[in-house]
Amino acid sequence: MIRVQREDFDIGAELERMARGKTGIGGITSFVGLVRDIAGGEPVGAMTLEHYPGMTERQLAEIEAEACRRWPLDAVLVIHRYGRLEPGERIVLVATASAHREAAFASCHFLIDWLKTKAPFWKLEETPEGARWVDAQASDDAAAKRWTSE
Amino acid sequence: MKLLYFAWLRTKIGIAEERVDLPGGVATVAALLEWLKGRGPGFAEALKDSRVVRVAVNQEYVPPDHPIRPGDEVALFPPVTGG
Repeated sequence: MIRVQREDFDIGAELERMARGKTGIGGITSFVGLVRDIAGGEPVGAMTLEHYPGMTERQLAEIEAEACRRWPLDAVLVIHRYGRLEPGERIVLVATASAHREAAFASCHFLIDWLKTKAPFWKLEETPEGARWVDAQASDDAAAKRWTSE
Repeated sequence: MKLLYFAWLRTKIGIAEERVDLPGGVATVAALLEWLKGRGPGFAEALKDSRVVRVAVNQEYVPPDHPIRPGDEVALFPPVTGG
């Protein structure tokens, strides 16, 4: 399931809901991305996440489908927020559920790596020197690439 | 054709979206970018380095040689930074 929303989410309630009634699930892996208060050595007061409505949901659904092709998953949940967020706030939740932990761990890692390079979101950071758009990181491209050789 | 601009491409160009009539001969993404560069200093500045411009046609990523048609929704944006 994919959700793109401005509102916060309750991690415990979301994980419980994704597994409810699916008693074949043996484990859930989750990743939660948070707003940091520092970037490139400079303090960050807040960030605003912009996205491309429509394409964002479409890209996330494609990434979810790819994860389900690669691993035997019983449930997938991706929640990504947009709008203005302050340090400590949750940005994204990726959770995968499977009969065994290997598939859950690997697919969760894959999903966040691919999401970072494919889903159309952009971060605008507020710093003491003014607002600045975050540059894409070569390390994120490298992290996503490692999943293409498998 | 509907054009959408996001993140710093939007701030440099100065608008989030517009509708344009394609001139004759503009049939690919690469040709569209070249034509847009000539529409003003904001466009020229935003599109000067095509390596940092991603293009989606009808909400799917496409390469520079991808064809474009009058009814398409074309979005231009920098490399993504979500997650």
